[in-house]
Amino acid sequence: MPEGITNQGIGASVRRKEDKRFLTGRGRYTDDISRAGQLYAHFVRSDVAHAKIKSVDTANATAMEGVHAVYTGDDIAADNVGSLINGWSVNNRDGSAMTEPPHPVLAQGKVRYVGDHVAMVVAETLDIAKSAAELVQVDYEELAAVVDLDQAAGGAQIHDDLPGNTYFDWELGDEAATSTALENAHTIVSATLRNNRLVPNAMEPRAAVAEYDHIDDSFVLYSTTQNPHLLRLVICAFVLGIPESKMQIVAPDVGGGFGSKIYLYAEEACCTWAARKLRRPVKWTADRTQAFLSDAHGRDHINRVQMGLDKSGKIIGLRVDTLANLGGYLSAFSVATPTYLHGTLLSGCYDIPAIYTNVKGMATTTAPVDAYRGAGRPEATYILERTMDIAARQIGMDPAEFRRLNFIPKTAFPYQTAVALQYDTGDYEPSLDKALAMIDYKGFANRRAEAAKRGKYRGIGISSYIEACGIAPSAVVGALGGRVGLYESAVVRVDPTGTVSVFTGTHSHGQGHDTTFAQIVAEKLGVSIDAVEIVHGDTNRIQFGMGTYGSRSLAVGGTAISKALDKVIEKGKIIAAHMMEASDADLEFKDGKFIVAGTDREKSFGEIALSAYVPHNFPHDRLEPGLEETAFYDPLNFTYPAGTHICEVEIDPATGVTQIVDWAACDDFGNLINPMIVEGQVHGGIALGVGLGLVVVAVFVVFGLLLSASFLVYCMPRADNLPSIKLDYTVTACTHNDLGVKGCGEAGAIASPPAVINAIVDALSVVGVTDMSMPATPQKVWRAIQAATKTAAE
Amino acid sequence: MTAVKMTVNGQKVSHEVADNTLLVTFIRETLGLTGTHVGCDTSQCGACVVHVNGASVKACSMLAAQADGADITTIEGIANGDELHPMQKAFHENHGLQCGFCTPGMVMSAIELVEKGGKLSEREIREGLEGNICRCTGYHNIVRAVQDAAEEMGG
Repeated sequence: MPEGITNQGIGASVRRKEDKRFLTGRGRYTDDISRAGQLYAHFVRSDVAHAKIKSVDTANATAMEGVHAVYTGDDIAADNVGSLINGWSVNNRDGSAMTEPPHPVLAQGKVRYVGDHVAMVVAETLDIAKSAAELVQVDYEELAAVVDLDQAAGGAQIHDDLPGNTYFDWELGDEAATSTALENAHTIVSATLRNNRLVPNAMEPRAAVAEYDHIDDSFVLYSTTQNPHLLRLVICAFVLGIPESKMQIVAPDVGGGFGSKIYLYAEEACCTWAARKLRRPVKWTADRTQAFLSDAHGRDHINRVQMGLDKSGKIIGLRVDTLANLGGYLSAFSVATPTYLHGTLLSGCYDIPAIYTNVKGMATTTAPVDAYRGAGRPEATYILERTMDIAARQIGMDPAEFRRLNFIPKTAFPYQTAVALQYDTGDYEPSLDKALAMIDYKGFANRRAEAAKRGKYRGIGISSYIEACGIAPSAVVGALGGRVGLYESAVVRVDPTGTVSVFTGTHSHGQGHDTTFAQIVAEKLGVSIDAVEIVHGDTNRIQFGMGTYGSRSLAVGGTAISKALDKVIEKGKIIAAHMMEASDADLEFKDGKFIVAGTDREKSFGEIALSAYVPHNFPHDRLEPGLEETAFYDPLNFTYPAGTHICEVEIDPATGVTQIVDWAACDDFGNLINPMIVEGQVHGGIALGVGLGLVVVAVFVVFGLLLSASFLVYCMPRADNLPSIKLDYTVTACTHNDLGVKGCGEAGAIASPPAVINAIVDALSVVGVTDMSMPATPQKVWRAIQAATKTAAE
Repeated sequence: MTAVKMTVNGQKVSHEVADNTLLVTFIRETLGLTGTHVGCDTSQCGACVVHVNGASVKACSMLAAQADGADITTIEGIANGDELHPMQKAFHENHGLQCGFCTPGMVMSAIELVEKGGKLSEREIREGLEGNICRCTGYHNIVRAVQDAAEEMGG
């Protein structure tokens, strides 16, 4: 770690600066914002999964007192409102471009999922808007729903230009080499694995408040977004045709995102458009039901896996064929998630010489599916880590030792995988060993025997993961079909009195940037974190930025801050050298002081700041006054956090209920800025994965209705589903950013689902169960036990 | 319309409200106390928990008219001036919050849990918070915070 660690600097578990406003009810979320004269929007949503719209009768709704407007797809078309965008395009296996059907903000002649936006009612109050929406009559000609992913290709055609309901048919890796490896394998391990569909469910539902100033022809949009500048770019350039300079996006406090708030949604575009038409602010807040229906869902892949092993148990080839459910429309990063964020992760932490993957992105008449915490990497890790356990069991090797045998050795870095990525650094055995020690792996047999005496099945499951995060080099992303840059920006503004404001293009919605970023400033400038303000979430204040997702805020945004701070220090040295009549080369900056090396001459940081703004004694021939520096940082590579999580469960065979009794995780996130915040991120990620493993799944019935569309039916993990968690770390510093950091936001969510299922299968192996799909609900577990017991009896 | 009078965070308030106004809507929109949040529409998430006559209540499950005459405390009313309530302090010290959206309801539920529960085991705390959903923390640090606050509050 850098020198000069203070109790507020890098490596300190500083308590969060942002806590007090949240703890006292002074947070300011989008729904807390109301503007004078605001109207309320409510959306008429499709209650059928797939249909032609024959007519929309808005007369009765429009006539209702207090209703200002009822808009339909025709109004949108008449105003030439553009489509929502697909942010990433890939080519098909045959080299042709994928198909990208439009995604209108109000349906144009057809609806493609339950919840699709058919009409928008704007009224004086929300009650009136909702009542009027009931009076909008939509006449549908129903078409067959397409719900079953495995059957989607043969289902009713959803988009005119999309035969076989296939958005793309993409591949990565060397198919011939992989086939040869599998043919030559001593052992073939086969599995069909499903990543279950989830609904994002950030605790704050999406919301928007749009204002239009007709004198200035300008807009303000308050939004629950993770990504204010991208939102501005898309809504201005692609959807509404507004100059970016006339649009201010404010993302105030945002109550969690997990990926679901990265994109521009129809409601934000419609509210902004309607605010201009009506010349009144328009507010919309999703209730939870609307969130279930229309937030972009996550996961939902079916994978057919073949792994080949040589005689010693070394993996020599891996083939994965994936069907990815992308829903009725392409959401902004829905294409990237199952392709370049998924196929590239299939090597995991293992040395696998030949890998091939084919991914078909399928349309179904369900809500769009997009990135969710981990975005492709949890799905890939689930495939790999489940298969690792199945393979170990098949060849009779301990699953920990089977992983150890196949790890990329420490000496092999930088390591080029068979699926495009080059890992810069890592060391996987120490993480495995630490996690094994933390959970007392050696003592497991005794614990299992003790549990058996109590009539319980006890199991243990390992998951060794890697992730590619800190997304990432713009040039690489562009070459792979990404349509955005993925750098990050920072402005460091030092005030005359030495206080510091940092303007970052990342966005904090729970990650604690106010604190972590202030610690970087404290470390580098030697000021108190109380003298540092972190500013984010407002396009009128921030230069530009790419928002927060993919564990990028620290690795990319933090590095940009670090680089801007370096520029401040360099400028400060020149000012200090001038003031002390020394040469630049003799100046050192340490502990908040500019020192002429080898002398007792020094100037404090505050003195230099003042001199920059009151430049009476100032090197005017070399510098402009002021002390404010900008950095845009575009990384050279992804970062590669990795580690091992181990889950231990007990199952009650009488009820099928799984209790997670222990959890140990050892992660390598590179250097840690605030270990307390890092731990919180890992806890939350694990909870998410435990939810997927045990309780969470979005269920559509055959005609396309989302059955699990409320917290009554959709089981969110609660405090009593989760264990206390033991965490520890190993550190291999990232080699290509200044801070040596890798990112920690998604690791828990990536590592945890296979650890849960591996533990459950291990527990149930005593009665001969060999497979379990997510979520392992009590009913499913109980039935598996019954079936296995019955088979054994026969 | 119904006339309602109640005491909210020690202040007497009286307003005319529509008969179907939920207590949480009254608190957020009529009184402007936006610290109480709405996270669902089925009374599952607990983001809207307030104290009604000392008992924790999901403010989305009660009409404002039903609270006529009641003594209400919201998240804005539990600190003593600038001094945080021991539960608020414990959440801060233990990193028991991330995005902050579930936090007000979680803190209000936890206060009642500790005040009524006495000496609580970890399992009792986890079960006691079953009616509050948090998506960020995995509950680990929330449980630690409640344990710490319970010590401080003499539970």
